[in-house]
Formats: sequence, structure tokens, C-alpha cells
Amino acid sequence: MTQPAPLLEIENLEVTFRTEAGNVTPVRGVNLVVHAGRTTALVGESGSGKSVTSLAVMGLLPRPAGRISGGSIHYRLKSGEASNLVTLSLEGMRKLRGSEIAMIFQEPMTSLNPVLSVGEQIAEQVRYHTGMGSAAAMRRAEEMLGLVEIPDAVRRATDYPHQMSGGMRQRVMIALAMSCNPRLLIADEPTTALDVTIQAQILALIDRLRREHGMGVLFITHNLGVVAEVADDVTVMYAGEVVESADVRTLFRKPRHPYTHALINCLPAHAKSGSDGRRFVPSIPGTVASAAGAHGCKFEPRCSHATPYCQASHPALETMDGTHTIRCWRWSDL
Amino acid sequence: MFAAIARRLAGMLAVMFIVATMVFFLTRLAPGDPASLMLGDQATAADIAELRKTYGLDQPVVVQYLLWLKEIASGNLGQSIFLQRPVLQAIGERAEPTFFLALFSILIASLIGIPCGIVSAVWRGQKADQAVSGLAMLAASIPSFWLGLLFIQFFAVRLGWFPVAGYGDPGAGLAQRLYHLILPATVLGIVNSALITRFTRASMLDVLSEDYVRTARAKGLPENRIVLRHALGNALVPIITVVGLTAALLVGGAIITETVFGLPGIGNLVVSAVLRRDYPVIQGALIVIAGIYVVINFTIDVIYTLVDPRVKT
Amino acid sequence: MDITAFRLFLKRLFRRKLVLFGAIVLLAVVLMAIAAPLIAPYSPTGMRVTQRLRPPSMTNWFGTDEFGRDVLSRIIYGGRASLGIGMAVVCASMLAGTTLGLLAGYFRALDNIIMRIVDAMMSLPDILLAIFLVAVLGASAGNVVLALAIVYTPRVTRVVRGSTLVVRELPFVEAARVLGVSTWRILTVHILLNVASPILVQATFIFAYAVLAEAGLSFLGAGVPPEIPTWGTMIASGQQYADRAFWVVLFPGLAIVLAALSLQLVGDGLRDMLDPKLRKAL
Repeated sequence: MTQPAPLLEIENLEVTFRTEAGNVTPVRGVNLVVHAGRTTALVGESGSGKSVTSLAVMGLLPRPAGRISGGSIHYRLKSGEASNLVTLSLEGMRKLRGSEIAMIFQEPMTSLNPVLSVGEQIAEQVRYHTGMGSAAAMRRAEEMLGLVEIPDAVRRATDYPHQMSGGMRQRVMIALAMSCNPRLLIADEPTTALDVTIQAQILALIDRLRREHGMGVLFITHNLGVVAEVADDVTVMYAGEVVESADVRTLFRKPRHPYTHALINCLPAHAKSGSDGRRFVPSIPGTVASAAGAHGCKFEPRCSHATPYCQASHPALETMDGTHTIRCWRWSDL
Repeated sequence: MFAAIARRLAGMLAVMFIVATMVFFLTRLAPGDPASLMLGDQATAADIAELRKTYGLDQPVVVQYLLWLKEIASGNLGQSIFLQRPVLQAIGERAEPTFFLALFSILIASLIGIPCGIVSAVWRGQKADQAVSGLAMLAASIPSFWLGLLFIQFFAVRLGWFPVAGYGDPGAGLAQRLYHLILPATVLGIVNSALITRFTRASMLDVLSEDYVRTARAKGLPENRIVLRHALGNALVPIITVVGLTAALLVGGAIITETVFGLPGIGNLVVSAVLRRDYPVIQGALIVIAGIYVVINFTIDVIYTLVDPRVKT
Repeated sequence: MDITAFRLFLKRLFRRKLVLFGAIVLLAVVLMAIAAPLIAPYSPTGMRVTQRLRPPSMTNWFGTDEFGRDVLSRIIYGGRASLGIGMAVVCASMLAGTTLGLLAGYFRALDNIIMRIVDAMMSLPDILLAIFLVAVLGASAGNVVLALAIVYTPRVTRVVRGSTLVVRELPFVEAARVLGVSTWRILTVHILLNVASPILVQATFIFAYAVLAEAGLSFLGAGVPPEIPTWGTMIASGQQYADRAFWVVLFPGLAIVLAALSLQLVGDGLRDMLDPKLRKAL
């Protein structure tokens, strides 16, 4: 089955930060694809570089310390033409933000301006991107608040963020993101800071919006349970690079990279039976290596299948079959 | 919330009480006796003794203190020994130039300081920031009287654009008065702008690193709107605090400038009172000056608690 | 501080050009003041009535004052007085302020009363308080130092108290208490060493304030007696000749600016370099 051209295609992305202690590359070797109407999950533990990747796509890397030092980010605009976001000017990138690509963040409690009403914060964006007048923009804001299932939207549009709960605020953030009909939505751990019950609602909301609007969603998370629920495609990151990528079913049924394998084994659903008959949830020994890494495979120190060759030489990302890619020397014999 | 305000009020009164006590006893420690100073070398011991009696200076110090406290509580700051009028009136007569000077100076300081602070924060770490920070430090290193002398020489004497000194003739209109204040206010404005620049920069940096600014950027809003509407709005409170407190300090702290420019203000009054050991004026003026600062401090605190929307709920 | 920390410190120092500039200038000024008898071309008090109010020239780089005295030499010697007073004020206010700050921060019972007094003193403008104190104590160099030390002690107290409040909650202090370490030792060794950085930063700023304040006091005639050449007294006595012989007022002022500026640059730099939380990303 030939895939239509992807909405977002990241190739060999590399991000460098200048610090007082020297240059640091938290992201090196990220390849990722998002298709319109599908959700791609970007999975990894803290420090894997997934947030930095999303900021790079949005052009929100902290300046002047951070910059994209390599690779390309191809994005298909609403007009149909393709654009390499890495080569865009600052002004060009700014125009895309909010109107073509939108982002929602992890902390709904602090992500909204405390001194402006929620309606005004949405209306402001609408005015800037579409040139609508204030009244029409406010109308649109109320419409968006209704879209994200906030009850009594018209009245709540004049509320201030502190008058709303965490779950409500995240809905406002989503309304904000959707207000200019973006084609790509980047969600950086949107439910991590919320109660479990609210989590399910927000996930369902995002999924519904994706289907109704044909949006592509890049969903960043460290929670495999969430991945299983919402993702169509999954990309796994470790220590700043992609180590495996496949559609969700394949990834869960036949994970090939030792890291992916170990991650899935850590899920309570996959708890093993130990020697004493009690079930336990295994963990992966060791911690993520610092970004200034060594020569060989970055996962090697924690890998139970490592060989001396793995330590000496860094594996490249290879395509196993179709859309399943993997970065490991030993994928064929494991 | 009222409990918090009441507590602040109590604290304020405690501070004022300490100021009053400190001022009273330290004043009495200064060598020199106002009665003999006033009467001069020719006075006899009897004359001096009588004058002291008139002003209650012959009582034990503690008694004087308690009497004085009682007076203050009823709003009476006493009678000036040298100026032959109530202290409050003497201060009141001198208040106008000082208040206008303070206000004018703060205006200029803010007009310089706030934009500079914003520029400094937005272009943090880059040339603009370094330049602004350097200039601010330079401004804070300049002695105000020296700058005043320079300005007088250059703008008043050589160029003749401004009057050399003074506050204008008695009975002159407001415009005349302000005209005389331009030079001194500019001097004070420049020197005091440094603190405002620093505070604005710090406050803006804090706000610019907040999550909601990141959200605003993700919305694709132009940077100047983000800085001016989103960031500045939230950064204003600490800035206004500093502005208010600096203004309060200028009331008594502009002495040197008042001297250089010959302005008949409160600072001048206090200096001459100190030199002449005019106890009531010294005490009264210091209390008033400290009082202004403390009251403004208190007011800002209260407004803070009332205005922050997060505290309302 | 171990070797790597020190090297990192130096690296950061050299990266900040302005701070480096300030440090060099400060060093130069201090050395100049110390080596005054060796450097000054003329005696600071030698009057030559025939050479009154001469503009800057090859013989007198900064010109002469109303008594024919060489301005440059007076500035160099004046630096001794002004900087000496500044240094003395710093030492005195550091001593008093640190003690009070440690006490206020560590012992709750003392906190309230000490900080109320601090608030009271800080509700009066510095200059006003200084003039008042000098009047009470009498006008002399020593009393100026004492007066200014009293004026600036509250500032130091506040800073030290703030740091102490933070440090005393840290686990190692609690551990020391539990181990039975004497309070005196806790205060002096454990807490004091950890609040040393902010104290050092404050010290440089107070030095700058003190130099400026002494100049102001001397200008008003409420400070050091005019016979002693300090930068402030030079401007004060030169004031009346400002329209004829501007250099008499200009150069002492520039000296003050240079000293105060370099001190503040160094203080700012120190604050950046010593506080990990404030380190700027390049």
C-alpha cells in the first residue's frame, strides 16, 4: 500500500545548545513521520530529547543558545506545497505557528496568561492570523470553547485561568490550538499533569478532533499505556536518537529493539512471574547516558544483548520492512 | 485578609515608633545646645537657662521624650526653635519644591529606566543588554552633585538654556517652577534610573521565562506584542513597587541636589536644622520623611494583596 | 574551592569583558592609592600661589587648584582617603551586619526585633541618616566611617539574614545540630562559609556606595574636614571656581565615577559567577 505524502517528515535532525561548559547535542539522528489524520507517538524517557525535537519543529528553541545544527524538517502546507522548516526565516516560522502547526504543553496550570480572560487569549490569536475583527474573533473563541466541550462556553469565555480547574485549562489550551485550523497538532505530554479520570477525557477529545478535522497529531509521551490507546504510528527515542519506529500494532506485538522490548516489559500488564511465584514488574537497569556520549551504540551499557561490536561502533537507522525502522546491529538475529 | 492588613499596620506602627525613639535620643546626644547656639556668644547663663525653660529643655530627657510622644500622637510636631513657627508649618512651606522634584525625577527615571530594562531583558546576553547594563552602572556611579555642577556649568552658564539655581520668584506660576526643576530633576532622574532599569530587567526576565509566554509564542504572535502586552503586564507590579519606594526616598534624599541647585526644600530644611540643633525640626522632619516611606511601602503591599487576581479567590 | 572550580571561575571571568575591565581598573586605582608617594608628581598640599588655577598642561596634567596645588597629585592622595574610608566602612558594616544577620536568621526570637530596627533605619534615606549621625558624633574622618558603617549595616543584615534563613534549613545544618555541634560552631563554620558569596558581593557594592556617600557628605560640609584632601572635599572647595577653572571639579568627579563604576562591575560579575542559579546562558 503506497502511503500518501506525509504531513511532517523529519530527517536526521540534530539540535545543538551552546552552554558555558561547551556545546551539547541533546538530539542527534531523529527521523520521524506524521501523516495527516493519523497520530504518531514519540516515546522516550526523560532526557531522551523528545521535547527538544518538538520545540525544534515549532521553531521555539531557546535563542541564542539553541539551534538546529543539522537535518531537515519537511512540512506540507495547507496550500499543498512543501517547506523545509529548518531553512525558514524567523518571521516565516512565526506565521506558521498557530495557523498551520499548533502545540499544547504539559502544564495547563501555568501555560495561560493569568491577567487575560481565556476568551481574549483565543480571540487574540484568531485576530492575528485571520485578520478578523474583535467581535467576530470573540465569537470564534466561544465556538472553540464549545468545541472542546466546555459547558456554558459563552459565559466562561470571560473567565480568568485561575477560575478554572486543570482539566478545563487544558481544554482551553486545546481550543487555543485548534482555533486557526492547524493541520498538525503537537501535544507534549498533555495529560501527564492531570488526574487519571480527566486524562481519558482529554485523550478522547484530541482523538475526536483529529478524526473530525483530518489533523496529523504528534503525541509526545513517556507513557506506553497512552501510546497503546491513541497512536497509529510509534517512534521510540533514546538518548537523543530514534531507535525504533513502526506502526503501533507491530511495535507492541513484535518489538525488535532491545530498548523497546524492555520498555514494553515494564508495563504492569506484562508483569512476569518471578522465581517465588509472585508477579513483579521488571525495570531497565542503569540510567540514560549523558548527551556527550561514547563511540558505540548509546543503549549498549544497559543492553542485555550487547556485544563488543556494539560498544565499538554506532549503528545507523535501517529499514526492516516497509515502515518499520530500527537502529541496532543485532536486529536480524534477535 | 484583613488580618494580614492589620498585621502590616501594626508592623508599620512599630517601625515608626522605633524611628521616633531613635531620632529623639540620638538628637539629644549631639554636642551643642540649641539655646546657646541661638542666643550666640553674648548670652548670659541666665538667658540661656530661661530659653531652655521656655522650650522645656530643662526637663529630664525621658520626661521630654514622653511629653513629645504624647504630642506626636495628637499630631503636634512641636515648635521650631529657630524658625518661630510650628514644625509642621515649616515642613509644609518647604514641601512643594521637594515633592515636585521627587515626582519629576521619578518620571524621568522611569522614562529612561523602564524602556532600557525591557530592551535589556529582550536582548539578554547580547550587545544591547551589555550596553544598557553598562550604562546603568555608569549612571549609578555618578555623584549627583557633581553631575549637577556639570549640568549647571554647561546648560545654564554656557548655553543659558536654564536658570542657574533657585526655584523662581515667590508667587511664580507652576510653569516657572517646573522650568527651574528641569535641570535638577534630570540629574536625579539619570542617577536613579539605574535601579529602575535593573528591576525592570529582572522582572521582565522572570516573566519571559514563564510558561504562558511560551504559549504565546506557540500561538504565532509577533514578538513585540508578546513583550509589551503579555510580558510587561505581568512584570509591572514589582516595577511599580520600586518606582514608588524610590520616589519616597527622594523626598528626603534629594538634599544634595537641593543644595546644589538652591532649592528651598525639605532636605535643605533638615540640614540647616541639624547644623543649628533645632531639635523639634530635626525630629519632626525625620519622622515625616520616614513616615512617607513607610506609608507608601504599606500602601503598595496592600494594593498588591488586593490586585493580584490569584489572591482574590 | 578546588582547582577545577577555580579554573572555571577564571574562565567565566575572562569571558565577561566588562567585568574584566572593571577588575583591572579597580586594581589600578587601588594600586595607585597605595603607591601614592611614589607616583604623585607633586606634593598634594604644596601651595604655589603663582600657579593658581592653571588649566591642564604638560607640567600639571590635571591643572592646578585655587592654591596652586597640583590636581593630579591631590587626586592620587585623595584616593587614599576616599578609598581608605570606603574600605573601613566596608569592614565595619560587614562585621556588624554579618553578626546581626546571622543572629536574626538563626534565632527566631531575635529576628523580629532586629529586623524591625533594620526596617526603621532603612526608612530614612542614606544621606540624611549619615548627615544626622555625623552631626551627633562630630565631624572627623573616623566619625564619617562610623556613621556610614551604621547606615549600611542594615543592608548587610538583610542579605545575611536572607541567606542564613535558607542555609539553616539545609540537611547538613540539621545533621550538625543532631550531632551536638555547638551553636557557635554551626554559625561560624557551617552557615557563615555558605553565605560568604552574597556577603562578598554586597561588600563590593557597599564600597561603591561608601565612596559616593563620603563625597556627598564632604560636599555638604558635613563629612571629612576640608583640610584632608578627599575627592569630595576637592569638589566642595572647587565649586566656586567651577566657571573659571572647571578642571578642579571635573577630575575629582571622574575619579569617583571610575572607582564606583569599577567596583560595581566587579560586584555584578562576582554575583554572576558565584551564584549558580544566576549564571547566564551564552
